[in-house]
Amino acid sequence: MNHRIKNIIPQLLTLLFVVAVIGFFTINAQLNMDERGIDFGYGFLSQESSFDVQFSLIEYDGSHSYAKAYLVGLLNTILVSVLGIIFCTIIGVIVGIARLSPNYLIRNTAAWYVEFFRNVPLLLQIFFWYYAALRALPLPENTEPLFGVTYLTVKGYYIPRFIWENFDILVYSILAAIISIVFIRNYARKLQEEKGQQTPVLLISVGLLLIFPAITFVTGMVQLEVALPVLKQLSKTSFIYAEGLSIPPELLALVLALSLYTATFVAECVRAGVQGVSKGQKEAAASIGLTPNQILKLVIMPQALRIIIPPTTNQYLNLTKNSSLAAAIAYPDLVLVFAGTALMQTGRAIEIVSITMLTYLTLSLAISLLMNWYNKKIAIKEK
Amino acid sequence: MININILKPTSANFQNYLYIGSGLILISIFDVFLRSFFNINFSNSLPGILNFFLPLIIGLVGLQMIRLEYSGNRIVDKINQSVNNNIFNAGLTLLIIFLTLLIIPPASNWMIFEATISGDTKEACAVTEGACWTYIKVWFRRFMYGMYPNDFHWRINTAFIALIGFAFVGYFMRGKLKNYITFYYAIFYPIIAFIIINFLISGGSFGLEWVETNAWGGLSLTFIVSFFGLIFCFPLGMILALGRRSELPIIKYISIGYIEFWRGVPLITVLFMSSVMFPMFLPSDAFVDKLIRVIAAIILFEAAYVAEVIRGGLQALPRGQYDAAKSLGMGYWRMQIFVILPQALKLVIPGIANTFLALVKDTPLIFVVGLSEVVGMLQMAKTNPKWLGFAMEGYIFASILFWAICYAMSKYSQYLELKYKTER
Repeated sequence: MNHRIKNIIPQLLTLLFVVAVIGFFTINAQLNMDERGIDFGYGFLSQESSFDVQFSLIEYDGSHSYAKAYLVGLLNTILVSVLGIIFCTIIGVIVGIARLSPNYLIRNTAAWYVEFFRNVPLLLQIFFWYYAALRALPLPENTEPLFGVTYLTVKGYYIPRFIWENFDILVYSILAAIISIVFIRNYARKLQEEKGQQTPVLLISVGLLLIFPAITFVTGMVQLEVALPVLKQLSKTSFIYAEGLSIPPELLALVLALSLYTATFVAECVRAGVQGVSKGQKEAAASIGLTPNQILKLVIMPQALRIIIPPTTNQYLNLTKNSSLAAAIAYPDLVLVFAGTALMQTGRAIEIVSITMLTYLTLSLAISLLMNWYNKKIAIKEK
Repeated sequence: MININILKPTSANFQNYLYIGSGLILISIFDVFLRSFFNINFSNSLPGILNFFLPLIIGLVGLQMIRLEYSGNRIVDKINQSVNNNIFNAGLTLLIIFLTLLIIPPASNWMIFEATISGDTKEACAVTEGACWTYIKVWFRRFMYGMYPNDFHWRINTAFIALIGFAFVGYFMRGKLKNYITFYYAIFYPIIAFIIINFLISGGSFGLEWVETNAWGGLSLTFIVSFFGLIFCFPLGMILALGRRSELPIIKYISIGYIEFWRGVPLITVLFMSSVMFPMFLPSDAFVDKLIRVIAAIILFEAAYVAEVIRGGLQALPRGQYDAAKSLGMGYWRMQIFVILPQALKLVIPGIANTFLALVKDTPLIFVVGLSEVVGMLQMAKTNPKWLGFAMEGYIFASILFWAICYAMSKYSQYLELKYKTER
C-alpha cells in the first residue's frame, strides 16, 4: 500500500502540473482571442491568399487559397531537403573516407574541412554564400557558359530544360524495368542457392534499365526536346536567360550551405562506422580468399552501415529542420511563405504556428520511422 | 604495363631514379609556383590541355620513379608511406599541393598585402583591391556590443568579468566548502549571474541608466543567450532524461512526449512561437521581455537534446550499478545523485559538449524575433548606405570569431573527457 502511494503521488503531481500549465495557457488564449474578436479555426485556409510566391514547383498565384500557399511552401522545403540530403551524403562519404586515407595530406585536408565547416554557425554560412559568394558572380550578359550550355550568373543558375512528351509512359517503362529486375534478382539468388549457378545480375539489370526506356523512344511514344537557355533582354540594362530552367540563387546558396555544413557531420558518422568494424573481420575475410572488393562489399560495408545509418538519419533530420533557415534569405519555404507572409496577412498566430510545427514534426517522425524500419531490416539477426 | 615498368625503380638502380624523380617533382612544383606567383609559364608553346596538365604529369612520373618499398633512405620511405603509396594517392597529393600553391597568392593578397585597415571611412578602402578591414575596425564596437550606448560599454565588460570571477570561485573552495560546490554552481551561480546582468547591463537602479533589451546585441548578446541557455538547459535536460527512464508510466510518457516534440521541430519555429504565439497564452496585462522569452524558448528546446544525450549515458551504465546501489539501501534520488549520474555524465561529456556547441551556433537565429547578435549586426552593417559592399569581410570576421569560440569549446571538452576518464 505504502509503495503504491509512493508511486502514485509523484505521477499525480506531474500530471497536475502539466494540466495546470496547459489549462492556464488555454484559458488565457481564449480570453485574449475573445478580447480581440478573433475566433479560433482553420477556415481561413480556404480563403484567397492574394500574395505571390517567387519560386514555386506547382502552379500558384495570388488567387489561390492559403492551403495552396502552404503546399507551395511545403514542396519548396522538401525540394531543399532532398537536394541537401543527396549532396551532403556524397560529400560526407567522400570526406569521411578521405579522413581514413593513408595519405597524410588528404587526411589532414579533410580534417580541416570538417573542423572549419562544423564550427561556423549555419546561418552565417548561408549568408556568406548568398550575400558574399554568389553576389560576386557576373551579370547574365557577361557570363561565360559553364559546361557549354549552363550559365552561372548573379541572378541564378540557368540550365537546359527537358521538354518531355508523354513523360508518364517513360516513368511506367522504368517502373516495369525495376519490377522485372527484382524478379530476376530473386530468381538468380534461388539459382545460386540451389544449384550454385552464377548469373550476371548487374549486367542484366543495367541492360533492362536502358532497353525498356529506349524502346519507348524508338517507337516514338516518348519524345524529348532540350530547351537551351537563351539570353533575353528585359529592359535596357536588365538581361535574363529565358527558355531554360532557372535555379534561383537562394536555392543555390541554401543547398550549398546546408550540404557543406551537414556533410561534416555525415563524414564523422562514416568515419566512426568504418573504424568501428574490427580489423579481425577484414583479416578473416582475406584469409578465406575474398578479393579486396569482395571484402569491402560483403564484409566491411554491411557492418559499417549498421553503425553509420542511425546517426546519419539524425543528420538528415537536422538538415530538414535546418532548411527552415531559408526564411533568412527569402527562399520561399514553409516558414517564410506560411509562418511569415500568411501569418502577417491573417494574424492567426496560433493556428499557423501550430500547423507549421506539426508539419515539421510529421516530416521528422516520417523520416525517422522510415530509417528505423531500414535499420531493423539490416540489423544483425542473431540466431 | 611495360611502359610503366620502365619507370619502376629497383633497389639496384634506385639512386639514379631518386635523383631524376625528385628532380622532376621539384620541377613540377616549381612550375606551378611560377605560374601562380609570377604568372610565368614555360610550357606556353605546348597545346592547351597538355600545357595545363604538364606539372601534374611530370610530378606523377617523378613520384612513380621514387616509389619503392624499403628503399633504405628514411626520408624517402616516409614520403612513400604517407603520401605516395600508389598512383591514385600520388595524384591527389600533387593536386592538393598545386591547389594550395594556386590559392595562396590571391588569398593572401586580398586578405593581407592589399588590405587596408587605416582610416575610418569607406574612402580609405577605395585605394586598393584588397579587403577592407577598416570596416571591421569602425564597426567593431557594434559587433561586440550591439546598439548598446557607447558610454556604457564598461558595464557589459564589468558584468562579464564579474561572471567569470564568480565562475572561478569553485576552484578556491577548499575543505568543508567543497561539499557545496555542486550546490553553488547549480543554484547560487545562476541567481548571481541573473542579478549581475539585471542590475549592471539592464540597469535602471543604483544610478545606472536603464537600457532596454532591444539595444543589446553583438557578441555580448551571443554570450548572454548561450550562457543562460547552458546553465538552465542542463538541469532541465537531466530531469527529463531521468523522467524518460522512469518506471512510473505517466512521468515516462510525459517526458517522451516533451522530448520528441521539441526534437521534431526546428528552432526557428520555436522562436516564432515565442514571439508571435506566446503572448497570446499570457494574461493580457502580463508582459515578458522579448529577450527572456527567447532565452526560455532556447532553454526548453535545447533541454530536449541534452536529455537524449544524458539518456544515452544512463543506458550505457551496466545494470549492476543500479543493483549495487539498491542493495546498499539507497533510495531513488540518493542512487541517482551519488551513483548513477556521476558515472553517466562522465560518459556523455562529448555529447553534451556537442549540444552546447550547437546552442552557441544556434544563437544567430534570434534574428527572427528582431534581436541582433554578431550575425544580425553584420546584416545591419552590410545594409548601411555608407558601408555598402563589404559583406565578405564581415562574414570572414564573424566566421573566424565563431570558429575560435567553438573550436576552443570542443578542445576544452576533449580535455575534460581525458581528465575524467576512468578505466572500467
